[in-house]
Amino acid sequence: MFELLGIPPQALFGQLLLGLINGSFYAILSLGLAVIFGLLNIINFAHGAQYMLGAFVAWMLLNYLGVGYWWALILVPLAVGAFGIVLERAMISRLYHLDHLYGLLLTFGLALIIQGLLRNQYGISGLPYSIPPQLSGGQNLGFMFLPNYRGWVVVASLFVCIATWFVIEKTRLGAYLRAATENPTLVGAFGINVPRMITLTYGFGVALAAFAGVLAAPIYSVNPNMGADLIIVVFAVVVIGGMGSILGSIVTGFSLGLVEGLTKVFYPEASSVVIFVIMAIVLLVKPAGLFGRTA
Amino acid sequence: MASISGGERAGVEAGAGADRAGAAVASSVSAAACAPLLDVRELQAWYGESHVLHGVTFDVRPGEVVTLLGRNGAGKTTTLKSIMGILPKRKGSVTFQGKELMHAPARYVAREGIAFCPEERGIFSSLDVEENLMLPPQVKPGGMSVEQIFELFPNLKERLSSQGTKLSGGEQQMLAIGRILRTGAKMLLLDEPTEGLAPVIIQQIGATIARLKQEGFTIVLVEQNFRFASTVADRHYVVEQGRVVDMIPNTQLDANIAKIEAYLGV
Repeated sequence: MFELLGIPPQALFGQLLLGLINGSFYAILSLGLAVIFGLLNIINFAHGAQYMLGAFVAWMLLNYLGVGYWWALILVPLAVGAFGIVLERAMISRLYHLDHLYGLLLTFGLALIIQGLLRNQYGISGLPYSIPPQLSGGQNLGFMFLPNYRGWVVVASLFVCIATWFVIEKTRLGAYLRAATENPTLVGAFGINVPRMITLTYGFGVALAAFAGVLAAPIYSVNPNMGADLIIVVFAVVVIGGMGSILGSIVTGFSLGLVEGLTKVFYPEASSVVIFVIMAIVLLVKPAGLFGRTA
Repeated sequence: MASISGGERAGVEAGAGADRAGAAVASSVSAAACAPLLDVRELQAWYGESHVLHGVTFDVRPGEVVTLLGRNGAGKTTTLKSIMGILPKRKGSVTFQGKELMHAPARYVAREGIAFCPEERGIFSSLDVEENLMLPPQVKPGGMSVEQIFELFPNLKERLSSQGTKLSGGEQQMLAIGRILRTGAKMLLLDEPTEGLAPVIIQQIGATIARLKQEGFTIVLVEQNFRFASTVADRHYVVEQGRVVDMIPNTQLDANIAKIEAYLGV
């Protein structure tokens, strides 16, 4: 079989696929962060914990109640999203008049608490969650082997990202959301219930994280640190894409996953830092991010 | 609209570009006999620690156009924002159609049928013109249709898919006024709609206000441009240091020119 720059194609496409999978999670998570930051002005540091919680709740549903993957994919975002709504109403909403920093500290603290509780209960070795039978196995594409579940993760994330983008950019509801992001006072003076919109938006962002968590459960082992490991990279993605930019976070999420995958092929030593190098360069050249609006 | 206050309008000179035919259809109900639509009593307001309004009192009768005149920083904009419920710290009383709005949040005030057009116009840059126009929800039946709004402001129709803030200042003002006409609110609070606009656009805004009055809208207009105010308003309230210090009917304007110039420091 031919080689590309001395790299066997199986290795290249294999890493690209891994990159695309990681990119899917970057995209969904940074999308949730962007939506939340846009409207609430809160940097949701609990996002990683909420993603992890999604995976854990899926595991619990399966092991305690016998509820399988497909139901979990619907029920978990609803349940974790509802938990997010409670957090917003009970705690986060009290911080809107304060500096960003307080929201960051609060959500960071919440993340530590959630992680700590689950670590106490389940340890850190990771719990297995098997791939649903409908998606086991894979396809031989000739140039590479594609496990069905991984293909599904990419398709499902793309679908959720595009659907979210569509709702925000192309619908009436999205127009309310964008307007309230710019000037919540005026939107309120038009008769729109902005506080309720903020609560639901936070719930939606958290639900997105939980959805990603369910998608991740069969791929990564379900453990209390899975979110904390991922969220730092996701924050870098958000910074590169531009704080609060919807399209930016989706495109940047997928492309940085690919970049990371390529780096693993050509210069593996740099693969864990490449995103942060890109972040540093973007911050120097275009501080508002690649898709950021400098209004 | 049966309650247009035509009575005291006799003798008012038609303003530049303003179509006054509406006065003819006004009913015989005199303005003085109507209960005020909007009644503001001893309104006080604060920005953080600084006390800005020290007791603003005025009323607006159904179908009237009333201006709040005064120098920069006198408290005109603050008065509108306080009526609207945008400022959190307020005291006094604001009743609209007999209902006390003092403790209501802005969204509730809007739902009662009061619409606010802010001084900075508040056009959303992440929304196109059409989305900006359709943004405010309908709060009462009987708002203007989009077609009627285009008839008032034909420019908007050609620029529907432009980004809201790509419009010229005049077009943005038209959009800012146009979008609240859809909502069915019959009481409009307009904050300096002529600020920074070319004379020909100011004329168009003046004609629009006259037309809206004809259609039965009640309008509170904050203005620094006294000449413009005199072409559209029935009465003028003078605001000074957070208080209403004088009320001058437009009919007695000529006799009071010197006084007004002193108030405004022209």
